[in-house]
Amino acid sequence: MSKDPYFISQYVGIKNTKILKNAKLIFSTQQDSEVLPFLKEVYKKVGLNYPKYHKMDPLCKLGILATSVLLKDSDFSNETALVFSNASSSLNTDLRHQQSIENIVSPAIFVYTLPNIVLGEVSIKFGLQSENAFFIEEDFNPKLIYEYTELLLNSKKAPSVVCGWIELKNAEYDVFLCFISKQGEIPFTTENLKKLYLFENE
Amino acid sequence: MKEVLLQDDAIISPLGFSTQENIEAVKAGRSGLLFHNNRRFSLGGFYAGIIDPELLATEFLKIGNPTKYTKLEQMMLLSIYKVLTSNSKIDLSTTGLIISTTKGNIDLLKGGHSFSEDRFTLNSLAKVIQEFFPFKSQPILISNACISGGLALIMAKRFIQAGKFNSAIVVAGDLISDFVISGFQSFQALSKAPCKPFSKNRDGISLGEAAAAVYVSTEIDSKNNISIIGDSTSNDANHISGPSRNGDGLFLSIQNSLKEASISAKNIDHISSHGTATIFNDEMEAIAFNRSGLKNAAVNSYKGLYGHTLGASALLETIITKHSLLNNELYKSHNFDDLGVSVPLKIIQKTEKREMTYALKTASGFGGSNMALVLKKIENV
Repeated sequence: MSKDPYFISQYVGIKNTKILKNAKLIFSTQQDSEVLPFLKEVYKKVGLNYPKYHKMDPLCKLGILATSVLLKDSDFSNETALVFSNASSSLNTDLRHQQSIENIVSPAIFVYTLPNIVLGEVSIKFGLQSENAFFIEEDFNPKLIYEYTELLLNSKKAPSVVCGWIELKNAEYDVFLCFISKQGEIPFTTENLKKLYLFENE
Repeated sequence: MKEVLLQDDAIISPLGFSTQENIEAVKAGRSGLLFHNNRRFSLGGFYAGIIDPELLATEFLKIGNPTKYTKLEQMMLLSIYKVLTSNSKIDLSTTGLIISTTKGNIDLLKGGHSFSEDRFTLNSLAKVIQEFFPFKSQPILISNACISGGLALIMAKRFIQAGKFNSAIVVAGDLISDFVISGFQSFQALSKAPCKPFSKNRDGISLGEAAAAVYVSTEIDSKNNISIIGDSTSNDANHISGPSRNGDGLFLSIQNSLKEASISAKNIDHISSHGTATIFNDEMEAIAFNRSGLKNAAVNSYKGLYGHTLGASALLETIITKHSLLNNELYKSHNFDDLGVSVPLKIIQKTEKREMTYALKTASGFGGSNMALVLKKIENV
């Protein structure tokens, strides 16, 4: 395996009514901090213009929102891999499906009861036919995300990777995604992933 | 690059509580798909491969108290236990643990049980498995729809080659729950009869439940060995609940895994397909195999015997494929009658002896996910 230097080219954080890109605030609202009103308000303000968004469950909306901000004005290959993780899997939609079991079950809800559906939605939006993985961890685990992303890059299974954390529980959301490629200034390391994630959480 | 080999394995399914019992059932063409009463269905029930909970609890009693563990935990713990007891060289202080499932203990979400409130979470499942044995390292947990078990195995190989650990236990498991039955029923994806992969009159999937575990390491054994020599996953970027019509993602996965294996499609003796028996899946796979130049490889699906065991399926089916290679036996594709896909495929219609070296395992799932891995038999001379 050859070891080229890789960088955290771009990063995005979405938490508590704020969106930050590369540590700069690009959106915030004084409105309701709950996930549903936030996801509705942000759609127009960020200029998403992607009608499929409205059909998605909240976890996928967060994923589309975060990757749209992250990859805006970036050159990325359609082989860019996706390495996502969270703690609660698809719990938000699992609960909705569970409540419907004794009544009318909707396939449009059931399909979102898997955490990796967000990888599918992001792949469709950006035309990525690439390596995908969804890890479940108790907390953001920069070491695991670093190690798996690094091996994908070193083994040439992907030229670049979008990796990070996308958690949604009890209407509280916490998203931290990075675009890892050969361009950039922040070296791609476990410590830097941890530092940038903690900065977002300050 | 380090050679990563499939070592000891175990399967817990309606067809038996060991790999050997399962292989015997596969050879005999004994299916685990039976009719189960269920008021959700206008026919009064559905065909599925369900593990008898009492038989399971009796088996589990040999290693623990079945009242303290959920059905899925019992299945997954037993599968790992059987691997550990068949190989005394496994060192739990250095061996990695990779766990995969789609929905874990989701049947606990509705409440009304004696377990702790958060027992339904995937992290709780991972903790129960880690602490039972116990494994020293933190488990790696993957939930990637119906490729989960195969992806977990791919990760074991990749992490070993990258030097994270020298060996790993990979385990996969999923249950048939009301949660999953109601969802697939809402998609009208369930077959009225036991599912018929690749057949003309196939009408959907049969569900199944199983757990499977395998020990993966770089140790070359004195007997013949099976090595993972190529692997890939690829998204269709097409649809979240249906496969790409031209099999794009699966085609790419196959291309990438053959390239890493440094072999051509002609070398593949056998394909253990996903073969769920939905109209769209089987057609998509047939197209992807043809596009890859694989129309002469002998293809089967194990779904007619086990049903679709979701996150367990790709691992369970890789284990059976490993034994198929070692035994030089091609296993019949159960419930197949007339070819019902638009392009040619060589479906295995009779279990028979065949000298083989290379096999391809494929799987696809919701979220547009696809995976392929190439297995090679290394003869010990």
